[in-house]
Amino acid sequence: MSTLDTAAPGAHEEHHGPATGIGRWLFTTNHKDIGTLYLWFSLLMFLIGGVMALLIRSELFQPGLQLVEPGFFNQLTTMHGLIMVFGAVMPAFVGLANWMVPLMIGAPDMALPRMNNWSFWILPFAFAILVSTLFMDGGAPNFGWTFYAPLSTTYAPPSVTYFIFAIHIMGASSIMGAINIIATILNLRAPGMTMMKLPLFVWTWLITAFLLIAVMPVLAGVVTMMLMDIHFGTSFFNAAGGGDPVLFQHVFWFFGHPEVYIMILPAFGIVSQIIPTFSRKKLFGYASMVYATASIAILSFLVWAHHMFTVGLPLVGELFFMFATMLIAVPTGVKVFNWVATMYRGSLTFETPMLFAIAFVVLFTIGGFSGLMLAIAPVDFQYHDTYFVVAHFHYVLVPGAIFSIMAGVYYWLPKWTGHALNESMGKFHFWCSFIGVNITFFPMHFLGLAGMPRRIPDYALQFADFNMVATVGAFIFGFSQLLFVWNVIHCIRSRETVSAQVWEGAHGLEWEVPSPAPYHTHTTPPRVE
Amino acid sequence: MGTIRTIIFGLSLALSSHSAHAEWALNLSPGVTEVSRSVYDLHMTIFWICVAIGVVVFGVMFWSIFHHRKSRGAEAHHFHEHTLVEVAWTIVPLGILIAMAVPATATLVKMYDSSEADLDVQITGYQWKWRYTYLDQDLDFFSNLTTPQEQIGNQQAKGEHYLLEVDRHLVLPTDTKIRLLLTANDVIHSWWVPALAVKKDAVPGFINEAWTRIDEPGIYRGQCAELCGKDHGFMPIVVEAVPPEQFQQWLAEVKAEKLAEAAAAEKSWTLDELMTQGEQVYLRACAACHQPTGTGVPPAFPALKGSPIALGDVGTHIDIVLNGRPATAMQAFRDQLSASELAAVITYERNAWGNSTGEAVSPSQIAEMLAGNADTVGEGAQ
Repeated sequence: MSTLDTAAPGAHEEHHGPATGIGRWLFTTNHKDIGTLYLWFSLLMFLIGGVMALLIRSELFQPGLQLVEPGFFNQLTTMHGLIMVFGAVMPAFVGLANWMVPLMIGAPDMALPRMNNWSFWILPFAFAILVSTLFMDGGAPNFGWTFYAPLSTTYAPPSVTYFIFAIHIMGASSIMGAINIIATILNLRAPGMTMMKLPLFVWTWLITAFLLIAVMPVLAGVVTMMLMDIHFGTSFFNAAGGGDPVLFQHVFWFFGHPEVYIMILPAFGIVSQIIPTFSRKKLFGYASMVYATASIAILSFLVWAHHMFTVGLPLVGELFFMFATMLIAVPTGVKVFNWVATMYRGSLTFETPMLFAIAFVVLFTIGGFSGLMLAIAPVDFQYHDTYFVVAHFHYVLVPGAIFSIMAGVYYWLPKWTGHALNESMGKFHFWCSFIGVNITFFPMHFLGLAGMPRRIPDYALQFADFNMVATVGAFIFGFSQLLFVWNVIHCIRSRETVSAQVWEGAHGLEWEVPSPAPYHTHTTPPRVE
Repeated sequence: MGTIRTIIFGLSLALSSHSAHAEWALNLSPGVTEVSRSVYDLHMTIFWICVAIGVVVFGVMFWSIFHHRKSRGAEAHHFHEHTLVEVAWTIVPLGILIAMAVPATATLVKMYDSSEADLDVQITGYQWKWRYTYLDQDLDFFSNLTTPQEQIGNQQAKGEHYLLEVDRHLVLPTDTKIRLLLTANDVIHSWWVPALAVKKDAVPGFINEAWTRIDEPGIYRGQCAELCGKDHGFMPIVVEAVPPEQFQQWLAEVKAEKLAEAAAAEKSWTLDELMTQGEQVYLRACAACHQPTGTGVPPAFPALKGSPIALGDVGTHIDIVLNGRPATAMQAFRDQLSASELAAVITYERNAWGNSTGEAVSPSQIAEMLAGNADTVGEGAQ
């Protein structure tokens, strides 16, 4: 490493390319390389988590137990949730931030490049530990991704200790990533790039990074309390020892609710980049978008107990959390109205990134509607812990977060590789995903309203029909993601080159560097007028 | 090809065999209490508000998608930021939310008023069954799933109330305010009956309150709603609402049954009788964890077949069954089963699957231990 440090000065610096062999990836401090590593890692996790989802849906295809035992079913739902949240969605957003934030603000790299390398490279170890629990005596964690105590402490399988260690590593990785993004945005902006000129993707990530720094230590705290209860005889969550199982939920959701926005704010940013490009029109209300994002972030700290309406909160508590939660609809509405107003009287074209962005707005809004319904505490008693909730959060996470990631990848991939996408394949992927996702998750609203609890491996006969439909949809959605993988690989290998601007309506510093973006960009800061 | 055939086969099977039960139910049920009906009304109000907002927002969006597309020669109009519009789309939703919050608050206040109840029932969640204690009535029983393993394992056709049937219903009088006190013995459970619009978590170490007043006699089914371990999906709730007079009659009947049970403990049982009854009890109370074959699912649920406990000292064996093993999934069964059931199941465990101790444990032996144990526990607490 020291040779790299001392070799830095000199005129050839700007021209040196990546190292060769595996060393390039292991020791890289280049934001583009690290972004690529994050994205490939996230894709791998997405596919692993997806296979688990298909196993779950296969078991639920018909009533009765066919494929898996109830104990293993619980391991599958737990691991699916953890892998998708911490392994697929979050690293994908960090990968996009690594690639795009320096390009968008005119910085030569991330502010803390060696920490950047470290924050990626601890992730594979965290997930290796987590996935290895599947092969341990007693099986993997089986208490749901929300790991409520005492099911996750006194009654947990021995592998829970490995789960705690894995969560600690993931948390450390996220905190380092967040520090890096904040340091980069605050310190490395090109001259003239004032805060209120930052592209929205950068703004949303800045706010997300603050959320991460605020709540990841809380997650670390709650898993440490679990560890103490399990191994060191404390009773934080053990009622028999004077502890409080509900305390676990308060601490967990104080992390968990901002976490939900960590997975959606960068998505807002991506969509706010894509919609103006393909509408050939400026974003309708830039400033109000920034303020709305900040309001959502602040409110996210005040609503955690809406996940706990049935836990026996006092009436005043219920009312406070109900009102605060309903309030979130206001800034979220501002965002949706802004996207629609941007499209209104624009000059629209519908390339693959735009299709995903439009689907994001529509389907995320449907998830928002069910969220508003869930906010009404007395009605939430009927929805809570049913498939209605499963439908809700999959609508905001799959056609929400994941569609935005796909939109972002399709949008920026030509910039990264210098090659054009296969548009017809991209559109085919979009339509398969769009149809699949709706067939999978829309019937879940009906299942929940009809009374089907979540996290059950087998169900009463009146739920049979919609479960079968949902499983068919899941297979359509799942297998159509292979088209995405194909398109990414095709784009990397293609010979069809693209211009620096790539898309006709695209504006911003990232579209001024050549395509593919050279290994080092903005080594001389551009000047923003 | 194989998968396609399975899917087609599955679809045809589902459409033919389940069509009798298929409901394609789309919506919440209005339920059978005043509270459940106001919850249903709130649900429909907020739903239609969402639909209306959706129509407007998606309407503008699809208008733009069709009319402002470049392929139709649309040119972008470069307008942005408009204070009046931006203030309007902040204030109007706020107003709608306030209008929604008012009835929601009223319903919530009503749901929280559990005062002046005529009957108190304590509900305790266990892995994976419910226990109902009628306070002031000296009545207490467990309610277990009765769906046979063969139906779950697809060796038998599934019954009408597959997974929603139990051995003992929670019988409640109609037109009576009933206060429900919820707690749990091990992990968190959640007691939910959709027709009553009652869902409340049962948390170990806490007592939560809920209440209901059922208008119509009938059988209302629900399920545990909080993930509580392996058999979370297999601990249903069945509420049987009967007119108050019939409820009193039922109370008298169960109390008489209890006396008969106590008498049964006095008589002497043969090994065969104990084995027959023991097998039934075992399948109902033990097989979920220790498996019908006695092989368990180690390490969480150890095997009983050939186990040193089932083959060793009978006192230790009885003690574990009666008092459970703290900090493991093994529960105390002293309150869950009667003396004769306990004797039968312990005898069964010591003589089934090749465990041939030939020992019979008599109900009177258990009754003595129960009395003795209670004393020891009492002394320990002092």
